[in-house]
Amino acid sequence: MADIAIRAVRKSYGKTPTLHGIDLAFASGEFVVILGPSGCGKSTLLRMIAGLEEITAGEIAINGRVVNRLEPRERGCAMVFQNYALYPHMTVAGNIGYALKVAGVPKAERLRRIEETARIVGLVDYLDRKPAALSGGQRQRVAMARAIIREPSVFLFDEPLSNLDAKLRVTMRAEIRKLHQRLSATSIFVTHDQVEAMTLADKLVVMNKGVVEQVGQPLDIYHRPASIFVASFIGSPAMNLFDAHISVDDACLAFGGTKVAIDKALAARLGERHVTVGIRPEQCVVTSEARGISMKVDFVEELGSGRVVHSELDGHPFAACVDEETLVRPGDRIALELPLAHLHVFDRETGRRIELEFEPRSGRSATKRQMLEAV
Amino acid sequence: MDKRAAFRSWWLPSLFALPQIILILLFFYWPAVAVLRWAFTLEPPFGGAAEFVGLANFREVFADPLYWNSVGVSLAFALCGTLATIFIGLVLALAVDRQLPGSAPFRFLYILPYAIAGPAAGMAFRFILSPERGLMASVNASFPDFWNPAKYGSHALILVIVVFAWKWAGYTFIFLLAGLQSVPRSLIEAAAMDGCGPIRRAVDIQIPMLAPTLFFLLVIMMTEGFVGADTYGIVARTTDGGPNHGTDVMVYRIVEEAFRGLNYSGASAQSLVLIGLIMIFTFIQFRFIERQVHYK
Repeated sequence: MADIAIRAVRKSYGKTPTLHGIDLAFASGEFVVILGPSGCGKSTLLRMIAGLEEITAGEIAINGRVVNRLEPRERGCAMVFQNYALYPHMTVAGNIGYALKVAGVPKAERLRRIEETARIVGLVDYLDRKPAALSGGQRQRVAMARAIIREPSVFLFDEPLSNLDAKLRVTMRAEIRKLHQRLSATSIFVTHDQVEAMTLADKLVVMNKGVVEQVGQPLDIYHRPASIFVASFIGSPAMNLFDAHISVDDACLAFGGTKVAIDKALAARLGERHVTVGIRPEQCVVTSEARGISMKVDFVEELGSGRVVHSELDGHPFAACVDEETLVRPGDRIALELPLAHLHVFDRETGRRIELEFEPRSGRSATKRQMLEAV
Repeated sequence: MDKRAAFRSWWLPSLFALPQIILILLFFYWPAVAVLRWAFTLEPPFGGAAEFVGLANFREVFADPLYWNSVGVSLAFALCGTLATIFIGLVLALAVDRQLPGSAPFRFLYILPYAIAGPAAGMAFRFILSPERGLMASVNASFPDFWNPAKYGSHALILVIVVFAWKWAGYTFIFLLAGLQSVPRSLIEAAAMDGCGPIRRAVDIQIPMLAPTLFFLLVIMMTEGFVGADTYGIVARTTDGGPNHGTDVMVYRIVEEAFRGLNYSGASAQSLVLIGLIMIFTFIQFRFIERQVHYK
């Protein structure tokens, strides 16, 4: 159990900066997921916590103790690597027990703990095998067991599921979550997979190009993305983004040949400007031609439980989720209503979110829902 | 799918291969056949009819206590030389592999001695380790004869082994560094997370993963120590096989017998014995040591 504080941390390789001042605080026992595209610096940040990368500037504290100058072994972290990094010349038991061997734990005690740990991850029957004789999922378990046996105060996961097939990934995801509930050590999990991030995280950190874009609970981030980047990165299918114009005189948001009326005071506060507007495909509502925006269907993706309809709005690709009953074919026209409560408005220059004046969570309640009127 | 381009005629490819075939015949097979013949005949040094003597040459060689001495010296030289080169090369490679700041020039420097001819290195070390004026002279001033390769066979043997190791450590270094760099970085990091310092990591993770390279170097360096051109060159330029045959390695003895003693037949018999010995050693290495090697 340990809390982690990351203060103004920077990282440069030579003259190339990769992290531009990261400030984060994780509470003890939290499951934190750091999400971002490849090259955003998320793995670097994790490795700096682990002590595998030097910290160029700023400081990292684990349990109130600044660890900048400490060796990895002195930080009380255990790490699961993307490629598992199992020692190929040792058996499963040797791999799991290696940390204890290094620490000088007596053999009898060591064997007992290896067996105990192997039982947690379901590897008791494989202790004598070499890693080469294991499947991908089993290797993953060995890597986890190797981390668990050290009883670390901090668990670090560096994209541990990305080498597994889709089905196994879902199972292992559940197991990691269960394991966390059981051990309740602070866990930091790095991934580029937003589904993994949403399902695992207590706290989600979204990173891009060496800066933190947003920190929060997964649902908050889903419902109130702080920037265009976060909006487009979280959610599947991705959020639809298109250009719009705020008109103060008409008190409306104009896009796609339509106008959405907004509060006069709000329009005045925001001022006359061009913005980027987003809406999630699952929040578009199919409606009549008279009430919605009419679009030509380009193609349809079947999901079984529903389908995703792809079309275009103002030259931007536009996706909408519809239910099983809504049968559409390519070439058909579909009328969609974009509820104002679900519209996300972003500054086009900075990419940051502009708050409209309604509570985002309660935006789903019918009373506050303002419908889009076709002009 | 067979991607080889085939020649339609037989004479064109033969023509291309001819220069190489001539070289091999001239410089490998002809001498080898000559040695084989000479070993069983009495070859007059200045030409003339050779006389078939059967195994008499071998009997003579085996009856000579100096020959058995040279076998012992060769064994000691090859074994110590091999272990020293591999150990030094390994330590240097482990140090360079850590990629500490400023380590890049050393990669080049460590390989450099390998580019120097054995006899030249031998000559240099004759001065560097000269008991009167060299590095050990000050020690000798306080403890006379603490280091005197001109007087003690053991010191002379150490001297030639030092020269051999100095030159060949760069060679093993290249292979071991390449081997170390193919060990996945994440394994080293995993070991660091597991609580290992650099030395423990080297012993537990890196060296076991280098086993194939180490085995290869063991075989190569043993052979080099027994028959390598440098072995002759170093001995000839530093100790001349002395003192009192203390560094009379087998190759040195063979060359001396043949070209100074003009005993072609005796030298040929010794050559055959040496080849046989190397075959036995290589067989032993493959039979007993290779089994301990893990290949991935």
